[in-house]
Amino acid sequence: MSVAATTPRFKDNVHDALHDQRLQGALPHARNFISRRADAVARLPEFDALRDSARAIKDHTLAHLDLYLEAYERKVAEAGGHVHYARDSAEAIAVILGICKAHDAKVVTKGKSMISEEIGLNAALESEGIAAVETDLGEYVIQLRGEAPSHIIAPAIHVTRDDIEADFRRVHRDLAADRDLSRPEQLLSEARAILRDRFLAADVGLTGANFLVAETGTSIIVTNEGNGDLTQTLPKVHVVLASIEKLTPTLNDVAQILRVLARSATGQDMSVYTTLSTGPRRVGDPDGPEEYHVVLLDNGRSATLGGPFDEMLRCIRCGACMNHCPVYHAVGGHAYGWVYPGPMGAVLTPLLIGVAEGGHLPNASTFCGRCEAVCPMRIPLPNLMRTWREREFERRLTPPLTRAALRLWAFFAKRPALYRLAVEPAMRGLALIGRRRGRFAWLPFGGGWTRGRDFPAPQGATFQSRWRARSGATQ
Amino acid sequence: MSARDEIFATIRRSLKVGPVDAPRREAVAARLAQASAGIRPQRGQGEAAERIATFRFEAERVQATVAEVVAAADVPAEIARYLSDNNLSATLRFGDDPRLAEMPWPATALEIARGPSEGHDLNAVSAAFAAVAETGTLALVSGADNPTTLNFLPDNHFVVVFAADVVGDYESVFAKLRATYGAGVLPRTVNFITGPSRSADIEQTLLLGAHGPRRLHIVVVNG
Amino acid sequence: MSESQAAKTQLRVGLFVTCLVDLFRPSVGFAAVKLLEDAGCKVIVPPQTCCGQPAFNSGDRADAQAIARRNIETFAGCDYVVAPSGSCAGMLVKHYPDLFADEPDMAIKATAFSAKCYELVSFLVDKLGVTSVAASYAGVVAYHDSCSGLRELGVRDQPRKLLASVEGLRLVELDEADVCCGFGGTFAVKYGELSDAIVARKSDKIAATDADTLLAGDLGCLMNMAGKLQRQGRAVKVRHVAEVLAGMTDAPAIGEPVESAAK
Repeated sequence: MSVAATTPRFKDNVHDALHDQRLQGALPHARNFISRRADAVARLPEFDALRDSARAIKDHTLAHLDLYLEAYERKVAEAGGHVHYARDSAEAIAVILGICKAHDAKVVTKGKSMISEEIGLNAALESEGIAAVETDLGEYVIQLRGEAPSHIIAPAIHVTRDDIEADFRRVHRDLAADRDLSRPEQLLSEARAILRDRFLAADVGLTGANFLVAETGTSIIVTNEGNGDLTQTLPKVHVVLASIEKLTPTLNDVAQILRVLARSATGQDMSVYTTLSTGPRRVGDPDGPEEYHVVLLDNGRSATLGGPFDEMLRCIRCGACMNHCPVYHAVGGHAYGWVYPGPMGAVLTPLLIGVAEGGHLPNASTFCGRCEAVCPMRIPLPNLMRTWREREFERRLTPPLTRAALRLWAFFAKRPALYRLAVEPAMRGLALIGRRRGRFAWLPFGGGWTRGRDFPAPQGATFQSRWRARSGATQ
Repeated sequence: MSARDEIFATIRRSLKVGPVDAPRREAVAARLAQASAGIRPQRGQGEAAERIATFRFEAERVQATVAEVVAAADVPAEIARYLSDNNLSATLRFGDDPRLAEMPWPATALEIARGPSEGHDLNAVSAAFAAVAETGTLALVSGADNPTTLNFLPDNHFVVVFAADVVGDYESVFAKLRATYGAGVLPRTVNFITGPSRSADIEQTLLLGAHGPRRLHIVVVNG
Repeated sequence: MSESQAAKTQLRVGLFVTCLVDLFRPSVGFAAVKLLEDAGCKVIVPPQTCCGQPAFNSGDRADAQAIARRNIETFAGCDYVVAPSGSCAGMLVKHYPDLFADEPDMAIKATAFSAKCYELVSFLVDKLGVTSVAASYAGVVAYHDSCSGLRELGVRDQPRKLLASVEGLRLVELDEADVCCGFGGTFAVKYGELSDAIVARKSDKIAATDADTLLAGDLGCLMNMAGKLQRQGRAVKVRHVAEVLAGMTDAPAIGEPVESAAK
């Protein structure tokens, strides 16, 4: 794995996040997506039916992924492009470095690519003396800060306006100290000017892909800023880095999924720029790259097919799940400790870095179900998180105390007579102790609860014992 | 074993299929050949006039501005008016599209430049391949007629849309692309553009003109 | 109709009391019984323990199956099985069939069983057609939608409909009523700090209304929210919605002492 995970420190990350005043001030922005998505959905009566259509398309594609990959690579070659396969991060990096070195590249501009985060591409490029320039405004901001994205759509959602001004002043050498940057539009103008020069000077432009279309050998990116387009149009070489499950059969299939993508992500009907790129420039084209490369990354996807987590491969990276998640709202994306946060990250992270490293994430959920309710691809996220918990239980990765307590509870739950004998005195005892205050400020083993909350005392005799007494007879 | 071979082997092992499986191959070939359309929203459907009205409504919703003119010959004056009303420089660049070239530019005071942009142009005009009513979206294709750089580098982008090219949904654009370029073939770039460039990365404040154009003015030629 | 004829057509409803109600707040169970009996049902309470959700959600599938098997057996003689809890009812309705996906015979039994399981208020309104209750309650009520009840079973309008018929009760809408309270079963202890942060927001939302009473259909959620409100010294009475609908609000509210001067 290229990018180190702090997921094992999840509880510490949570603590830090909850005490980070600036982060807590910025996090409410993630909630804005909720009403926007709801409005967009309300405006499109066909939305729910489109979710079913999108799901069916992805399921069909995944069930025939080998054949669609074959069809896709044929079309890319016909259009004059090159397809490369990478089993893992190291291979993907090697391919990309090879392309850069073949062109003596010094500057690589980048459109937003979560896969590039997954493989740790920027660090690899930098270590070879190649400048990797993030051009998506949010990605640019966090690159200046040396941070990872905290949301898959809005990577700098945790950063304040003040932070951004401070970062620009620190890094932009030609920025006059007396220049007014107090308003967001001024910051935007500054970023636009700086990045415009970088776009024009780039040797290689690297983008991700929201879709890879088998029908035409096309890669599709979906952006709002236009940075992806400047990244892939201006330099001599365009490299597309995408994981294999991005395959979609036809353009008409893409249309089905496009209609639920932006609406689920930001509440827009369509993002500003949906761009279809097919091969390098043609004879007669006055602009466009001279070379077009697609690097197809596996990194565990092929092994996931046909298995208990294969539904996760339908994910189109819209971010709706994290936008609606109470855990994400409380602590933000960095607390999750790796590349993918929120509910989709809770399922994907153990798949990609192993359940021993990533196990906290599927456990840190109340199964409230909001994620599943809004997922455009109808991925049963809570069920998949539960499946991870089953894996952990089987492998005895559940913390020993928790496991013991659960087994003890199950022991009694399977034996009603013993259960009765055990709980009756316990509840009466607790009721007696708690009678005066009605609640406990502390309970043994209950620290997780009682640090911040009181625990209500029981009423005393159980319902079943009172019911038996009331009815007189043995039921 | 090459990376490709191993990935394919793993896929087939996971799916429990062999490489030769004829029914699977037929299913894939059929789907690719038919390229059937799925659900097409009601919103974009309707007669031509309705489609244009929907297109206009949706485009304005995403901060594009829309003007309707009677004839192609009216386009230069409309663009000159827009530039003047907004205190923008009276310069304009466009590609080799004959529909644009034959418009009466000399009748305006606009300083015209031709060809792809190198990043120093404030204003450019393109002619759209199609316009999509369901979301107020423009479809533009790469080539010497309407260089892709004109869609992104200038501050202000003008797009001319001919009424007959306003379709209801994306599927209609794909059908038109198929008819124009052949089945399974696309030009280097097809841009679907919905409103001016924007970003909300600074405290979720919506700002226009992130890297692409700040302004998108669409001129629909009704005649 | 003669008494014996009425007895024959009376529905035999098994009360799935839920472990939390059984152990912590029996008065909710008695409120459920009253509501069911008032609606003409014969209520049966076979010896029972737990729906198996703690085991299920912790990945202990084997124990969950064993517990489920027992429950399916125990309630075999009932026409319906009703639980005063969206999450327990959700377990019975949505997850019991999945538990036996690999055992066709048991899967059939589980599916048949699930078909007769209901959350309490949904049973009253959707199944029995109850439109109002005879209770009165002089209070301003905020209602929290427990997640499982809402998203797994569609319980949302039914409690509000019945609460609207309670004389003297004023229902105020709670901002983010449909957002999780942070209980999540073992989550509340395992990820206590996180759970506490989520319930703190919920508590603030409740305090922002002028409600003097908080109601919901799940005791776990209620104990969690009561615990936070009370730690913060907020004077909101917390009860299960069944208590108010049944007109049985004499017992101290959740977390309140038995000998309480303040009422």
